[in-house]
Formats: sequence, C-alpha cells, structure tokens
Amino acid sequence: MSTATSNAQKKGGFLAGTANYLDERVGVAGILKEFGRKIFPDHWSFMLGEVALYSFLVLLLSGTFLTFWFQPSMVPVIYDGAYGPLKGAEMSIAYSSTLDISFEVRGGLLMRQVHHWSALLFVAAAGLHMLRVFFTGAFRKPREINWVVGFALFVLGMAGGFTGYSLPDDLLSGNGLRIIDGMIKGIPVIGAYTSSLLFGGEFPGESIVGRLYSLHIMLIPALILVFVAIHLFMVVIHKHTHYSGPGKRDDNVVGYPLMPVYVAKAGGFFFIVFGVIMAVAATFTINPVWSYGGYDPSPVSAGTQPDWYIGWLDGALRLAPTHLEFVIGGYTLSMNILLPMVVGIAFLVVVALYPFIEGWVTGDKREHHVLDRPRNAPTRTAIGVAGVVFYAVLWAGASTDLIATHFKMSLNHVLTTMQISLIVLPIVSYIITKRACLSLQRKDREIVLHGRESGRVVRLPHGEYIEVHEPMNEYEIYKLVDFKAYQPTLARPNAKGVITVRARIRARLSRFFFEDRVEPVTQAELEAAHDHKELH
Amino acid sequence: MNKRKINNARRSPFAAILVIAAGLLVAGGGYAGATAAVAHSTSGSYTQEQVDLGKKLFLSNCASCHGKNAEGTNYGPSLIGVGAASVDFQVGTGRMPGQASGPQLMKKPVQFKQDQIDALAAYVSSLAPGPSVPDEKYLATNGNTTRGGELFRINCAMCHNAVGAGGALTEGKFAPNLKGVEAKHIYEAMVTGPQNMPVFNDANLTPTDKKDIISYLKYIEANPSAGGEELGGLGPVAEGLFLWLFVLGGIVGITIWLGAKSN
Amino acid sequence: MSSKGKSVAKKKASVEAEHEYEGGLAVIAPDAIKDPGLEPHRVRMTDKSPKHEKAAERQVVFLFLLSILGSAFALYAYFAYPLSETDLGSVRNNTLFLGLGITLGLMGIGIGAVHWAKTLMPDAEVSEARHQTRGSEETRARAIEIIELANQESGFTRRKLIRRTLYGALAFFPLPGIIIFGDLGPNPKNTLKHTMWEKGVRLTRDPYGTPIKASDVTIGSVFHVIPEGLSELEHHKLEEKAKAAVLLVRVDPKELNPSKGRENWAYDGIVAYSKICTHVGCPVALYEQHTHHLLCPCHQSTFDLANECAVVFGPASRPLPQLPITVDAEGYLVAQSDFTEPVGPSFWERSA
Repeated sequence: MSTATSNAQKKGGFLAGTANYLDERVGVAGILKEFGRKIFPDHWSFMLGEVALYSFLVLLLSGTFLTFWFQPSMVPVIYDGAYGPLKGAEMSIAYSSTLDISFEVRGGLLMRQVHHWSALLFVAAAGLHMLRVFFTGAFRKPREINWVVGFALFVLGMAGGFTGYSLPDDLLSGNGLRIIDGMIKGIPVIGAYTSSLLFGGEFPGESIVGRLYSLHIMLIPALILVFVAIHLFMVVIHKHTHYSGPGKRDDNVVGYPLMPVYVAKAGGFFFIVFGVIMAVAATFTINPVWSYGGYDPSPVSAGTQPDWYIGWLDGALRLAPTHLEFVIGGYTLSMNILLPMVVGIAFLVVVALYPFIEGWVTGDKREHHVLDRPRNAPTRTAIGVAGVVFYAVLWAGASTDLIATHFKMSLNHVLTTMQISLIVLPIVSYIITKRACLSLQRKDREIVLHGRESGRVVRLPHGEYIEVHEPMNEYEIYKLVDFKAYQPTLARPNAKGVITVRARIRARLSRFFFEDRVEPVTQAELEAAHDHKELH
Repeated sequence: MNKRKINNARRSPFAAILVIAAGLLVAGGGYAGATAAVAHSTSGSYTQEQVDLGKKLFLSNCASCHGKNAEGTNYGPSLIGVGAASVDFQVGTGRMPGQASGPQLMKKPVQFKQDQIDALAAYVSSLAPGPSVPDEKYLATNGNTTRGGELFRINCAMCHNAVGAGGALTEGKFAPNLKGVEAKHIYEAMVTGPQNMPVFNDANLTPTDKKDIISYLKYIEANPSAGGEELGGLGPVAEGLFLWLFVLGGIVGITIWLGAKSN
Repeated sequence: MSSKGKSVAKKKASVEAEHEYEGGLAVIAPDAIKDPGLEPHRVRMTDKSPKHEKAAERQVVFLFLLSILGSAFALYAYFAYPLSETDLGSVRNNTLFLGLGITLGLMGIGIGAVHWAKTLMPDAEVSEARHQTRGSEETRARAIEIIELANQESGFTRRKLIRRTLYGALAFFPLPGIIIFGDLGPNPKNTLKHTMWEKGVRLTRDPYGTPIKASDVTIGSVFHVIPEGLSELEHHKLEEKAKAAVLLVRVDPKELNPSKGRENWAYDGIVAYSKICTHVGCPVALYEQHTHHLLCPCHQSTFDLANECAVVFGPASRPLPQLPITVDAEGYLVAQSDFTEPVGPSFWERSA
C-alpha cells in the first residue's frame, strides 16, 4: 500500500496529490499500512451488528432533520394546520409541530417514518446480533467486556427508543408515559418523589417532553456514539472471530482484506440497509400520530402498546398475578409493579453477566477466536433458547388483547396461558434444546465415522440390504470435529484443605453444564471406523 | 385567544337551554322506560301492513328464542321496548337471527331484505316505544370531524381503538372493527347499545354528536393513512411484528446473499 | 450416586487437567484429528470467462446508473408532488414517490458495490496471523515499570494523607452535581391524595363540561365525566383531569351490592367510579353493559362494577375508588365529597 502511495505521488495527479497532502498532515499512509489490508472474516451472521450500526447512522441523519421542525413544548395551542379532523382542537405545541412535520413539510412524514422504522430496526438488529454472539460463544475471552459494552448499547437503544416514542405527546405516547409514571410511583419510599422530579410536579405537567427531548437528542445518542466507538475499537483490537473449520484457528484470522473487498461490501451494505429502511418508510405507515389525537388523560385507545422493544416489560406488567399489593405498617408495597420490575432487571443482569458466569464455570483462560457451532455447546445453547423463550412470552404478553381478537380466544384465557407459559415453556425448551443439540452432535459423529447417508440402498450378494454411506473428505470431517468438550469438575479442597462454598457451587454448575456431553471424534476412532468398514 | 373563544361558547346560555331541553325529553320517558334510550320514538311511522308482515316474519324466525310475543325466553331477551333501531341493527348487520352460541353474536351475511327488516322493526316498535331508525340527516358525513374525533376518542376508542380497528373485551368478547360499517348501523349501535356495548342515548351524545362521530369515522375510512399501508391500524404491535418478520427478515436475506460466494 | 472410588478418580483427573492446562475444564484430546488447512479456492465464472467478467461489469454499471436515475427521480418528486392543504392523498404521494426515488438511489449504489466486490474483486480467502491480546512480556514489564515510576515520582502510595484526602474529595465532588437536580420537581406533599371533586361539584360531560341530570343517565348508559369547571381551568387542566376523570354508569339498583357506609354513595342505581386504574394509571374505560365489568385496555385489569369495582382479573390489586354522588336541587348530579381515598396507582405513602 505504502509503495502504491509513493508511486502515485511520483506520477502526480489529483488523487496522489490528495494522498500526499493527507499523509504529510495526518499520516494517512501509516494508517493505511496498518489497517488497509486487515482481514475480515465473511459470513452473513457477522453483518447483523452492521445493520444496527447503519440504522443508528440513519437515525442520526433523519433525527437531525426532524429537530429542525420539532418543538418540544407542552404549552397548549389550538391546531390550525393541514390535518382536517384535528383543526380547532387543543393540543400541545410538541404534538402540533409533529403534525406539521407530517403534513406541511415535504419529505417530513417520510423522514419521520424513516426515523421510527430505523429505531425499531436498530434495537432489533442489535438484539439479533447479541443472539448470534451468544449462540456462537463469541463472548468468551477476550471479548467479555465487549459483550457488556454491546449489552449497554442494547439498553441505550431501548432508552433512546422510549424517549423518542414519548415526544409527539399524542394519546398513545401520553398513555405510555402514564404507565411509566404509575410504575415509578410504585417504587417503595422514593416513588412519589421520583415521579414529581421527573414530571416537574404532578403527571403530566408541562416539562416531561422537553426533558425527554434533551435526553433523546443529546445524552443518549452521545452515549451510544461513545459505546459504539469502544465496541468497534475492541473489534479492531481483537480482530473478528471466525467460524470453526479447516484452516481456521485461534491464532489466525481468515477472510477478505479491508481494502478493497470489505470496504465495498460493508460500504455497499450501508446503502442497502438505508435503502430498505427508505423503501419501508415510503410504503408503510408507522405511528400515525394524527389518528391518536393530542394527549388527554381521560381517553385511551384499545391496543395501547409500547414499541416492540419495551413490549417485554409491558408484558411483565400484564402477567403479574392479581392482589400482590400489601400495606405494611401504613405503607403501601406494590409488588404487582415491583415484581415485574425485579424480574426484568434480574433478566438483564443475567444477560450482562453471562460471559463471566460461563467463564468461571469452565475455568477456561485461553483466548477464543474460533466460534462454536451452537450444537457443540449444548447447555449454553439450551440456556439461550430458554432465555429467548422467556423473553418471547413476556413480549407476547404485551399483545394479549390482539392475540385474543385475532385468534378468537378469550382474553382471560390468553393471559392465564401466558402466565403458565412463562414458567413452563423456558424449562421445556431448555430440555428439548439440550437433547436436540446432543443428538445433533451424535449425528455428526456418525457422519464422521461412517460417512453421509446417500439414500442409495443396495442388496449384497448374500441377500442383505444396506444403505451406501458416502465417505467425507478431510475438510468436511474437520468441520465436524473442530471443537473441544468440557468435563465437569468436583469440589476440591483449597491449599488449607477446606472445600469452600464457592468450590461447591462451581462444581455443581460444572456438572449442570457438562454432565451430558459428546466428545469430538479422535483420529484413533476415525481409523478404527475405517478399518471396521474395510473388514466388510 | 382562540381558547377563550371556545370556553365562551361552552358557557353560552343557548347550550344550557339545549341541555335542559334534552334532559326534559329524557325525563319525560321516566325511569320505567329507562332501559332504552328515549329521545324520538316514532313507532307510528310504519304502516299496519308492515307491522303484520313483521309479525309473520317474527313468528317464523325469531319467536323460538324471543317468545311468541317478544316477551323473551331463556334463549333470548325480551324485545319489548328495544325499538326499531335495535332490530334494524341486529338484523341488518346479520347478527340476528343468531346461530352458534358463543361469547357474542357475530356479524354474518344478512338474511333478510331491507323491506323485511323494516317490517320486523315495525312489528317490534309497535309493541312499545323505543329508539327508532335514525333520521337520514344525521347520517350524512358532513359533520364536524374534529369534534367527532374528540368524542370518538373519549367515548368509543377505548374499546374500538383510535381508528376503529376494534379491540378485545373480557372472556372472548370483543369490540368489532368499524371499517365498512354503514353509518345507519353505527348510529343505531350507539343509541341501542347492542350486547355488551353501553348505550349512548341522546342526552349523552346528541344526534349531532353522533353525526360528528360518524363523519369522523367516514373521514378516516375515505382517507387512507398518509404514510402508506396501515398494517391494520393496530399500532405498535403490528409495526413490531412487521419489522421483525419482513424488514429484519428481508435484511437477513440480503446478508445471506452478501456472504454467499459468487458462482 | 456414583461409587466413591470412581468419583475420586474423576476428581483427580480434573485436578490434574486444570493445573497443567489453562483451558480449565476443557478436555485435551491428544489424538485430535489434524487440521487439513484452508480448503482449496474455487474459481468463479467471472475469473474463468472474460465474457462473464464483462457481463458482471455491465451489471455493476447498470446498477450505478439506476441509482443516478433514482436520485434524479427523487429530486423531481420533491417538486412534482407538492403538499396540498385540502388533500391528504398529496402527503401520501409525496412520501411514496420521494421515498421510492431515494430508495432506488441508495439501493443502486449498495447492490452495485456488493455485486462488484463479489464478482470482480478477488474472492480467495486469505489468512492473517492473530496475536494474543495481552502484550508481550517485554511490553508488560515496561508497562509495570512506567506505573512504578509514576508512583515513585508522585509518591501516590507513599504520601498516604494526600491519597486519602483525594479519595474523599473525589467522593464528595459529585454530590452537588446530584443535588442541583432537586428543583426538577416540587415535593409531592398531599397533592396525590386530593382531586378537584368536593361537595356540590357538578358532574359534567367530558370534554365539553355540560352538566348531567340524573334522568339523562338511562340504564346501560355510560358517561365520561369531569368535574364542573375543569375545562375552564387556565392552569393544570391536564393534571387535574388526570386525577378527576370519572366514569358514570347506571345499573338496576338491585344489582349493586354496596358495603356498609356506602349505601348512599349511589343515586338510584347511578354510580360514579374513578376512571384511573389502580394498577399504573391507564383510563379504565371499557364498560360491558351486561357483565358490569370494567376492563383496562393497557394491562387487562378487570373490575366488577356491581361489587364496588373489586378486582376480578389482572394485575391491579385495589378496587377503583368510588365517588359519592347525589343530585342537587335542579336535578343535576353532584359529588357528595372528594374521593375518600387517593385515586390512581399506588404509592408508598398512599395509606399513611
């Protein structure tokens, strides 16, 4: 690269001139030398994080556009804009300026929809990316901290989304804020004070939209930017993981060079993601605020739900059992609100800490750059699926009413079913997933040892029917055996000869994780299987 | 400034007179007749011929549940005093005659011609006064859509959703989608409160209020969302589902194309 | 379950394994199947045939041209589909055509660039060495040396008092930064426990504030109610409405089951209940005429109006507070007093 630059410089020309100018001022040649041919592994699942990143860029662009018109004020006005069925209605300036963006700015509604769709996509892509990282074990050493950074980004995404959802001050978002107010008031001791601080007095007040706006356009995006920078910086430091397979090791990285292939692919992909968001925003309505009317504490619309990423918390609120409120010594303890909050926070904490939990159980201090196939880590995969199912039930819990009407069921039955499912389904899915993973691993062993079933049945001279198994080549075999099994440990005494509680817990956890395991085929087994075949 | 103007209008003595007049009208009905909304009962506007035909139709189609004299049985409520509006709504939307039992009667293909429905309405309204079929002038869609929207959100949207897409009630009951429902039937539903829907008599929502609500509903029906396809008007759940299945699904499809090697 | 001897043997094995191997519990298989190395590269059509290469080049060019066309169309659409005050469809068209133009502009570039990379840029995977994240021993030694030097030069560990007072200062300095947010809102005091309702305040229709006669409220009717004077408030209108909104319903008096002391809170079967859910505060406004159930659309708490709005389903715990009502001399419905308990969601000091 550096020779190319200097050659170009000798030849002259605009490009070379620019390159020379930049190099002499910012040392661009050194940067290119270092990073220009850095290798990036290529796999479709490695692009999910990019989708989130690109949605965030689109959010910044479209959001800036919206700030030019939006006015975060809750002062009441009489609407006199272009939307007929609200003409003459009293509403806040925030809501009327949102209507103006939608109906009186060319491309305004388009940008509002771009902004809202990309917000939904940002959190969804980040979530899917987290699942990919989880199920492939990419969070293992040395990437535990980057997992936490990514987790923080996911939570910040939810915060950014919710603060944005509340800005138009329409009936839907106002009722959303009212729910938040109710939840805050339910916090023991400080609830009423916190609510008063947040809303600047009694709900709804005239402050909350302006305050959320400051958070939404300054603090939260700034934090997201900082965390994105840290996240990407760590990706550069660690270099990207790659999937297991022939030639892929912990001490190398296999893929395409940054320039030109990865720049073209990733750069092109930005335009594709932006294009998809634009296409959807051009053709599908999102959050038609004009249908909801301005916020008024008395009315409410059927189907009052938050955006999808808050849905699981709303679902948790719905699924809390009746009569969980207690008065103790004259003070009210609202367990019907606290329980869902505690469950939600506990779930998030477990997600954030998972890499450290698994790392402690395995005691594995090596660096891992080769990803696991999910089946080769059956317990982790099963835990992940159970977590996804738990989340999904909570999430579905936020749409009990729509499930009831669309599948012609009783709302009450749907809700009760969900309450039971929240406990039962994660356990069932854990067991099924673990068994499925172990079976798939055994199947892999079969294939390695005896070849792939060809579907061709032949009759041997002595009358026996057998199915012909096609042998695998060495690359295919290696793909199936390139993993490490772990074995459980027992609690053992430390230097003082004492078996600590810590050791006991770890031993129990290691048994939970690795009691059932299938180990990869060894060379000896493979040879034995081949000899056996030749005997036939 | 504008705001003050509105408040003045609200305080105007004319409004008070209107309200008192409405109140007097209702009070005239008295508590005995209070099971149904009162206002203008016009049982006399049907011909005897219609009443006779209606009775015949009633005996052969309705009496098995509602009783020979519409007095009600274990299988169906009394129809005395429900008025023509109720019959026109229930039969005109196909909910009656009911077929399968369930949490609530479903909309079905209409089983009678309009003149037969009118005859049934004539017969039922001849039994006792009740709300009549609404006057055409309240069914026009030139009402005040802003007022209509506001009243709709306060009185109706909690069950029927802000754009009338419908919503769930308890134990399998639901508030139906209002899209495509005839103005007349919307009016009649408000005035009679079919099944578990509450009654919105003329003292609560005046005929003009009802007209405004109908105008609002017809406005949003005639003007599809400015933003494009509406995803059923169901709000964030539908949007989230669409995003996961189609937008993110589509993008994942593209990533697979991106990651695949070219031939 | 397993025999003692066996478990001891197992334990020994894993103790050894962990001690000699930083892989922790990972099993070392001494005769693991050997890595055969990278798979041979498969040559693409565009590498083999110049015809295909040419075609791919043309496709990329076509996509970029399409992008130019799309962006140009977006510029055209901006002017060609103006917004009209009287026609909602104009907004729809503006959004649709502007958006589709931009989409084409973006997708042309994106798909073109990716197609270019996939078909015309080299597609042989290459391998690059990856080093441990930790620095080399030399680097680490130097890092430690720097820290020690810094410590020595500053006397950070030596000068204990400086260090401790610094910790103290660092712990205290954020406190003013927290306290200055104190004026975000007032002390809630007792505002949560009172509403606009008081003796003699008329029940009026939401939103226009017209009073309601008892005779207006027929059986099966539901009125959405605000206190008289609320719509004329200049300040705190929404705050008052958020507490004072009431649902007024008439049922057959025989169907009500008032508890002791509340027999007079209804007027001839007309009852008024707070519309604000005792769960988290949504308006509980879905009234079912025949079951007398009130349903909250947000979290599905269900209240039985015939039983003083006791919770029959859902996450709420407390009944909706009832507003005691009667009629005044002119026959209008009025409140007997404020609610006798705080309305809306629970809070810590609620019953204190």
